[in-house]
Parts: sequence; structure tokens; C-alpha cells
Amino acid sequence: MAALTPISRKPLSLVLPTIAAAGAFLGLFVGTANGSGFLGVVIGAALIAFMGFVYIALLKNETLSKWISILGFATLGFVFAGVPGVVLGALSGWFYHWFTYWLYEGRYRAKLLPYLTSRQVLWFYSFRVICGAIFVFLITPILVVMPLSFNAENFFTFTPEMLRFDPAGYSLKHYVDFFTNSEWQRSFKNSLIIAPIATIISVSLGTLAAIGLSQSHVPGRRAIMAVMISPMIVPLIISATGMFFFYSDIGNWLEGTLGLPKNFVGYVKVILAHSVLGIPFVIITVTATLVGFDRSLTRAAANMGADPVTTFFKVQMPLILPGVISGALFAFITSFDEVVVVLFVGSAGQKTLPWQMFTGLREQISPTILAVATILVAISILLLTTVELLRRRSERMRGMSPS
Amino acid sequence: MKPTKLLIASSALALSAGAVAAADMTIVSWGGAYSKSQQNAYHAPYTAKTGVNIINDDSSNEAVAKLRAMNEAGNVTWDVVDVVAADAMRLCDEGLAMEIDPDTQLAPAPDGTSAADDFGDLLVSDCFIPQIVYSTTFGYRTDLVGDTPPDDVCDVFDLEAYPGKRALEKRPINNMEWALLCDGVAKEDVYDVLETPEGQDKALAKLDTIKDSVVWWSAGADTPQLLADGEVVMGSTYNGRLFSLIVEQKQPVAMLWDAQVFDLDGWIIPAGLSEERQKQALDYIYFATDTQRLADQAQYISYGPARASSAPLVGKHAELGIDMAPHMPTDPANATNTFLYNYEFWADYRDDIDAKFQAWLAK
Repeated sequence: MAALTPISRKPLSLVLPTIAAAGAFLGLFVGTANGSGFLGVVIGAALIAFMGFVYIALLKNETLSKWISILGFATLGFVFAGVPGVVLGALSGWFYHWFTYWLYEGRYRAKLLPYLTSRQVLWFYSFRVICGAIFVFLITPILVVMPLSFNAENFFTFTPEMLRFDPAGYSLKHYVDFFTNSEWQRSFKNSLIIAPIATIISVSLGTLAAIGLSQSHVPGRRAIMAVMISPMIVPLIISATGMFFFYSDIGNWLEGTLGLPKNFVGYVKVILAHSVLGIPFVIITVTATLVGFDRSLTRAAANMGADPVTTFFKVQMPLILPGVISGALFAFITSFDEVVVVLFVGSAGQKTLPWQMFTGLREQISPTILAVATILVAISILLLTTVELLRRRSERMRGMSPS
Repeated sequence: MKPTKLLIASSALALSAGAVAAADMTIVSWGGAYSKSQQNAYHAPYTAKTGVNIINDDSSNEAVAKLRAMNEAGNVTWDVVDVVAADAMRLCDEGLAMEIDPDTQLAPAPDGTSAADDFGDLLVSDCFIPQIVYSTTFGYRTDLVGDTPPDDVCDVFDLEAYPGKRALEKRPINNMEWALLCDGVAKEDVYDVLETPEGQDKALAKLDTIKDSVVWWSAGADTPQLLADGEVVMGSTYNGRLFSLIVEQKQPVAMLWDAQVFDLDGWIIPAGLSEERQKQALDYIYFATDTQRLADQAQYISYGPARASSAPLVGKHAELGIDMAPHMPTDPANATNTFLYNYEFWADYRDDIDAKFQAWLAK
């Protein structure tokens, strides 16, 4: 976007307090890390305000002052935190310099509509800062485990070597542990058995239920719907306790009367329990897509001689597929992440990945858990990206514009 | 019908993917380095000898609750369970663990001494076969305590000489005893004092003096992590965890053995197993608690074997090759001042004192 608005220099009375506030924000962190948050705030505010004053009123050379800021802050960073401090210092030096000139030259108005009041401009940027802060809060806990999973030590600690970017502080040993440790491998395999099968069952039953419940002639469909989605509403620990006793009886019957092997019955119990948890997600997403489904299409298909099964697979299913797929994703993730129910219903032979992570976290705080978490995050991103790409592709092929 | 077909197909898939040999045993233990030592000393040789496949379940923490639920549901999936002595007593009283006769169902010592004599006083319950003696004791950061490292348990309560956070377990057991010891109560009178409400208040008042500096832990792995981070100056945990932290992970931490509290850990067999599984479990117990096996476990973790006849066989660490004896809580140099955990007292008073302690914590 080209500059819409002519920009003009702003008075120091606006620029200095604003950058001082921003400096105080940085000073709060540095000060807290070094003992006194209050002192940090005062020094940070004073330092940045002084820097801004020198640049604007005395130096008047933007490129020169930029390099002074970057090098000066990098040196300060080195004094406080060594090598990583240099990187952070250089970045903040660049940022504060840019921020100072951005305000002073009035560049912040350049891309906004000319008739906006200062209050609207303030809100425009506050809104973006708030959005950014929310994003940071959501993503930081996930990002922070990633470097820790490359720790050379057996603790959840950023060691001094890691902070100095010393290669000796990093290692892949926790990844090696995951791929060679039989307990982790067995639980990973169990998760890969249980989650897909539970997903298939949830999707089949959930889709059928959603289609049935969307017919207006089904009696008491609201009540049925409420019962079907109750596993989502009832606290998991209560469902789990109930399932434990319910499936114990079924399991005893399967083992005792039918003589099925114990381990196999264990899988059946966990898979059925996870299917029950997944069904509500499928019902809700499929019901939502069925709202936009044109019923006259099924009547047209019937009119042309298709039986209900053909109609379902050839006409209805392709149209509600996005809902089915997102329901399937939810069902899969529910089963893949689930720890409470499997702790109750499963026995050690069905130990899943979350179960292993749960006991691992409690009994031995080992960074292998972080390595697994990193791998799972990578898998989730790949999975979601693939599904999204496939969805866009199918929409393009059907001549719709991707939304 | 489609769902049924799917169910059958999926079941078959699960079977083919997860099928194991008919002879399976689920052994429940604590996880971590402890389970690893059992895997090396007991499970692996037992599997080699008999072909029985052993599945580890790290659920000892909630063993009592889970065994109750399993028993109620008539679906006991565990074959052998590793629990602390106090839990074994509760399980035995509730009829959830089977009684075992040491003379006929456990191996005698190599010199012919009966198992009952070999274990001696450590057979604290009819259902319990002791395995190890462990202690709950303190570790401290050597780089954060100045020139005079702590050598007395009361240094934990001394915020002036040793400023900084301490890690204590989030339950009254051990903490109340240490508090009274450091409040001037003689060792032999501790439980008499703790019986009275005034004595309990006295212990809590002593804990109050350091409450602001305490990080409360609930899992055995917490204190090692806190010490490794330098977040606490000293903290209590099981001695084997500290051994691993100091010797295997080479952290700047040292042991404070003073007033360590001894406790026992061992096996029980759940009541209500089928005859076949019970026979299997007893066979495993007979093998895993003989003199040599108990001594073998000490190669992997610094817990003292429960049999008198195993002690002379304790050798070197399996990987590091260092002598294990000086790291045992029972070593004479470490055991100059020890404290014996009183099972009967805590069995009687645990609920009351727990409630009082939790209320105090929340204040």
C-alpha cells in the first residue's frame, strides 16, 4: 500500500514519553532478571528517553544513530547475559531505534486513512499489539519446549552451555532415547493402533447419527442428541470411572465366556471407550454441514433410481465431506491425546503415548518427554497442513474458490 | 451392517498388531531409575529363564486406589505390585493382597537360613515381601551453601545460615518428625509427642518458621529437578534419586544423611488372581527375592537389599564401576544418625494429621 497520508515530524513531548514507556517495559525484564524490577524500569525509561533525545535533537543522522543503537545495545546485552545477550541486545537496539524514528517522523500515520483521529490511530495500533500479545501467550509454551528437547542434560533446564550456544550443550540423545527405548516405542505403537481405529468407528457412527438426527420425523431427536453429546459435557473423570466398571464387565465376559486373549480384549475396551469420546465431535461437525445440505438432491437421486446407499455415497457424502473430515480430525486428536480414560480402562499392555508421557513426567522428569512433544507438534502441523491442502484441492477440482 | 463389520475388522487389526505370547505378566512399579534397576536385575533374567513376557506398569503411586477399584470390578489386571510397606499393610488389612508364607514360598538363603530369618524384622506384614531399604533424606547444592556445608538436619530449618528455598514433600510424614527433632524433642519421644494435638501444633509451628521458603514436592523426580535448576538450596527426596543426580548426572549436589528416615519397599501379590496367574506370580517372587537377585539390584541403584545374606554380595555399579556400598543408606558412615519410620503410628494417625497438615498448608 502506498502512503496515503502526508506525514510530519512529531514534537519531542509526544515522542520522548512514549519511547520512555517502551524502554521501561524492556527495563522491567532486564531489571527483574538482575534483582530489581523497579530500578530496571527507571533506568530503562531514562536510558531510552535520553537516547531518543540525543538522536533527534543533537545527532540528526538516522543511519549513524541506527548503528550506534545496535552496537551499544549488543554491548549492554553482552555485559548482562553473554553471547545470547548480544543477539537480543542487537535486536532490541534495532527495534528501539526504529521505534523512535517511526514515532518522530510520524511514519505510523503513513499507511492509515488521512481522516482518522489520533484516538482511532492509537486504537489501530493497540489492537494489533493486543493481538500479537495473545498470539505470543498461546505459542510460547509450545515453542519453549523445542530447544529444551535438544538439551544435553537430563533435566528441564536451560544450561549455561545452551545459553552460550555452545554445541556441547545440545544433543539429540533424547530423540535417540525415544526411538530406541522399548517402553516409548510400545506406547507409540499402541497410540497408532488405537487412535485410527477409534477414529474410524467414531466417524462411521457419528456421521450416521448426525444424518439420522437431522431428519425432521425422528421422535425425540433433541433428547437423543443431548445424550449422544454428553461424553463431551460430563467431566472426563466421571465418564472414565463409569467406563471402567462398564467395560470391566464386558471384558470379563469376552475373556471368560468367549475365551478371547486378555491383550486383545484390552485393545477392544480402550478403542470402544475412545470411540465414545470421539462421536460427539463428529456429530457436531457433521450436523453443522448438514444444515447447508439441500434435501431435494436426495429426492432427485431417488427419482433417478438410486437406492439410499448409493445416494448417500454418491450425493450426500461428497457434499458433507469437509464436516466429516474435520470431525474425524477431532476424534483422532481426542483419542491420541487422551490420558484419563486410558488410565482407567486400559491395562499396561495398552499404554498409549500420553500415558507414557504422564507417568514419565511424574516419575522421572526426562527431556525425552519434550522430544516426543516436539515430534507430536511437528506431526500435528503436517497433518493439518495436508488436510487443508487436500480440501483446497478438492474444492478447486469442484470449481469452487477456496475459502 | 457397516459398524459391526468395521468393529470386527478393526479388532482383527488390533489383534494382529498387538498380539503377544500367551504367558504375560504385568508387574507394577514406580518407574524411572527404580524400574530400570528391577528390569535389569529381575525381569530380564526371569524372562531369559522362563520365557515369560513382562509388561511394566508404572502405577505404584496409585496402587491402593486402583487395586480397590479392580477388586470391586472383579477385573484384576496386575500380577505383582511393588508398594511401600505402609501401603502393603493397608492392602493386607483390606484383603486386597494375598498372604505369603516366607518359609515355604520364598527362597532360603544360600547357607540354608530360612527366608523368615533372613528378612528378619523387615517382614512387617503377612502379605509383604520386602525388597529394599531406602531412606528419605536431604541433598544440598554444594555451590550455594558457602564454606560450611550443612551436616545436621536442623540446618534445613536455619534460614540465616542457609538462606534460600528448600524442597519438602507435600505430606506430613517425615516433615513432622524432623520439625520436632529440631524443636528440641528427643528422638525416642518424637512419636509420643506427635500423638497429642499440642505436639502436632508444635511441629507445625516449627515448620511455620520456614514455610515461606518451602517448595512442596509430590513426585520423587521433583527435588532432583529443582536442585539441578538451582531453584532450591536443599531438598528432601529418596536417596536413590539423589545418588543418580550426584553420581550419574554429575550435578553439584551432596548428601545430607543426618536423620535420614528408613522405609521399606517390596512386593505384594493382589488377591483374587486365577490359580494359574497366582502360581506364575509366586514363581516370579521366589526368583526375584532370592539372595543373589536382591544383591544384583544394588548394582543399578543405591538402595540396600532387604535380606541380611545379600549385603556382603553388594558389588560395584554396573556401568560406572564404583563401589556401591558407600552410597547405601545402611552404610555405617551414612547411618550414624537414622530415624526409624513408625508404621503403626502413621497407620493410626495418618488421616487426622493429614487433614491438619493440609489445612495448615492452605493457611
